[in-house]
Amino acid sequence: MTISASDLSHSSRLNAKVPAGRLQEKWDAYKNSVSLVSPANKRSHRILVVGSGLAGASAAATLAGLGYKVTCFCIQDSARRAHSIAAQGGINAAKNYPNDGDTVWRLFYDTIKGGDYRSREANVYRLAQVSNNIIDQAVAQGVPFAREYGGVLSNRSFGGAQVSRTFYARGQTGQQLLLGAYQALSHQIAAGRVTMLPRREMIDLVVDNGRTQGLITRNLITGELERYAGDAVLLCTGGYGNAYYLSTNAKNSNVTAAWRCYKRGAFFANPCYTQIHPTCIPVSGEYQSKLTLMSESLRNDGRVWVPKDPEDMRAPEMIPEDGRDYYLERRYPSFGNLVPRDVASRAAKKECDAGRGVGDTRLAVYLDFADSIRRLGEQTIRERYGNLFEMYERITGDNPYKTPMRIYPAVHYTMGGLWVDYELQSTVPGLFVLGEANFSDHGANRLGASALMQGLADGYFVIPYTLGAYLAGTRQSDQVSTTNGAFAAVEEEAGTRIDRILNNDGDKSPIQFHRELGRLLWDHVGMARDRTGLESSIHAIENLREEFWERVRVPGTADRYNKNLEFAGRVADFIELGSLMARDALRREESCGGHFREEYQTPEGEAARNDEAFADVAAWEHTDGDPALHLEQLSFENVHLSKRSYK
Amino acid sequence: MIINLRIWRQEGPDSPGKLADYTVREASEHMSFLELLDVLNEQLLADGDDPVEFDSDCREGICGSCGLMVAGIAHGPQKRTAVCQLHMRSFKDGDTITVEPFRAHAFPVIRDLVVDRSAFDRIIAAHGYVSVTTGSAPDANAIPIPKDAAEEAMDYAACIGCGACVAACPNGSASLFTAAKIAHLAQLPQGQVEASQRVMAMVDQMDVEGFGDCSNYTECEAVCPKGISVDGIASMRRAYMKGVLSG
Repeated sequence: MTISASDLSHSSRLNAKVPAGRLQEKWDAYKNSVSLVSPANKRSHRILVVGSGLAGASAAATLAGLGYKVTCFCIQDSARRAHSIAAQGGINAAKNYPNDGDTVWRLFYDTIKGGDYRSREANVYRLAQVSNNIIDQAVAQGVPFAREYGGVLSNRSFGGAQVSRTFYARGQTGQQLLLGAYQALSHQIAAGRVTMLPRREMIDLVVDNGRTQGLITRNLITGELERYAGDAVLLCTGGYGNAYYLSTNAKNSNVTAAWRCYKRGAFFANPCYTQIHPTCIPVSGEYQSKLTLMSESLRNDGRVWVPKDPEDMRAPEMIPEDGRDYYLERRYPSFGNLVPRDVASRAAKKECDAGRGVGDTRLAVYLDFADSIRRLGEQTIRERYGNLFEMYERITGDNPYKTPMRIYPAVHYTMGGLWVDYELQSTVPGLFVLGEANFSDHGANRLGASALMQGLADGYFVIPYTLGAYLAGTRQSDQVSTTNGAFAAVEEEAGTRIDRILNNDGDKSPIQFHRELGRLLWDHVGMARDRTGLESSIHAIENLREEFWERVRVPGTADRYNKNLEFAGRVADFIELGSLMARDALRREESCGGHFREEYQTPEGEAARNDEAFADVAAWEHTDGDPALHLEQLSFENVHLSKRSYK
Repeated sequence: MIINLRIWRQEGPDSPGKLADYTVREASEHMSFLELLDVLNEQLLADGDDPVEFDSDCREGICGSCGLMVAGIAHGPQKRTAVCQLHMRSFKDGDTITVEPFRAHAFPVIRDLVVDRSAFDRIIAAHGYVSVTTGSAPDANAIPIPKDAAEEAMDYAACIGCGACVAACPNGSASLFTAAKIAHLAQLPQGQVEASQRVMAMVDQMDVEGFGDCSNYTECEAVCPKGISVDGIASMRRAYMKGVLSG
């Protein structure tokens, strides 16, 4: 079935600005016709880049290289520490170096299909098109990708694809790509074209006269509220997975910057699309502060299984082949252990729910390398995954060369984010959103090794073109300045909020609230959702929000380094977001990708999409009452919406 | 398990600091060391005391945010492990553990266990990069790179910039950190073009920041959570001398 744009009405507030023409020609057509900003004019524009991960660092470095004046903010003490650094497995590109049949079209198609047909065709195609440039750029920067003996780049396969298109640097691909971008950024800092401001948290956006004017940050060392005016703001602040408290995200990853933008008029799209990664180290106790991912690349050589008999308590090595259920290979013979993340996660949950989970908590399944070690030798496995095996042993005390890993799904990535058009511009003119912070490319589920690709595509190769279109349309009389009264007003609001938290005579720590929110979201807005659970969670989250403002307790003062104060503000925003996630999940009466509604499944227990009613993007607008829903209908003119099957 | 902690408390860069004693009664061997501090902080907060400030982010040993002297050793007693991945099974019930910030002239204390490591960023900005702007790159396979060279580059590129090498060095030298970036880029053809300028600029910046020189103690390598080799320092010094002599 093909849904064409003309069949459906578009929300008047959402214009995706997708260029006309054939899919393959849209991006070229756009670049051929977009307005350019002259070198002299570039120097007169100040661009504020929030975040220094792959999207932020690549955008800041590239725009500065083009001649714009750039100010870049990051929450960590150095731009090099942004959470992109933790990505392990790899980055996709349609280079087709292995000659195994890959093309730009196939990368596009796999991404659209992997996203369960809930992303915008034109954006995804552009992503696949620029993917190859990213690899070239990274190599030129000195990123030490893995190589073959002949000196050419190595590739490996990843979930959701039948070709080898993933480039990698051991299990530290994110680190190496981020350091490449950070070094490019450092080059521009040294040249005086970027002002880098670490230990800053964006706490509000300043909008006046219908467009972005700049932002307010809190200096995390002095506590000072600071005003920055800019001709455009690029939000590159990552995803909101930490809403669940326990996730693979870094401790400082948060939604505050994006949420403040939402409250200033940027629509939040598809907040219910969260990715639960199948291969993480299981929770060990109440004190657990975060979860550690084991790269999906492990599924290339590891086999997932559980004992057939729930009562079988033998050590894994002692369980014979006929006592094991390699359930992914059994259920999905053509993709086997390499099914996409959402499918693998739900399958693990299903086994554990049926009582076949392993380990002390029974909330884990085995990921076993014994066969691969026999076939390839321990040395080969060590070369491929050595650092991951070490990490596993450090955390659990078990040696995965000798005994299978125990793994369980954990929140890892969020496909939802601020709504953006083809130019990556939000519904607030002058506010652009890049990388994981936007919603645009991964639909309802992201494929492995595609986050790094998207962050860098947005920063290196998309925003440098699309930003010009906005700036060329602004007038000299639109000069932004921190003397604009809007800055004072927004700063005062931010100050009041901080005072309210500090002066609250409460008795509960921010972390206690965060844990409670996390439990609510994991139980009701997690791997499987249903109407009753979602409705009750909206109610419970509202109660939690009220309780937060009555009982939160934060020691210390505002004029100093104060981690609890930072966290309290973020938790308050996560609570509000949690409610929107549940609302969005409730409205989407279908199962697709990472969003699995119990009521909508096939007789075999697979996700049942409803393309007639929900081939859309749900973009939520903040109002004083309930959030208002706007729909962007997705039109698929190039791919056939099929049932996503990995059998 | 019960763990006693002696933790460095300091209000700001110019205030005097001191060690304060705390006890965590509900520690578990499965906790990470930072989770132990989280539990302590929740306890302090409940008692109306000021929590201990420390930096941490990814908690999987890759971002380099955390860094503490644990029992006198940068990142603690477990080899090749950042403190966020150090687990309490490395300690015994009833142990008393001293926790201090990474100390160095070039790393001023901000508060408690939080230090300012921005000098590292300025060393990278001095020339820890290949000067290539976006869009000007040739095809990624245009220049073959021997597998061994790529692997060795990766060994050095694995540096997480945590500063343990500086904290462990009696001279407070940043030689291992600086050498790691120089050696990473020196292995690759892309890094050759500016190799000489790179060494001179980065080493000079290291001096400007107030880091000490290297006297071959090799304490840095011993505490490095990523096992970066001091061989890089030898090549850096050789390249620097070559640069000085060729003027």
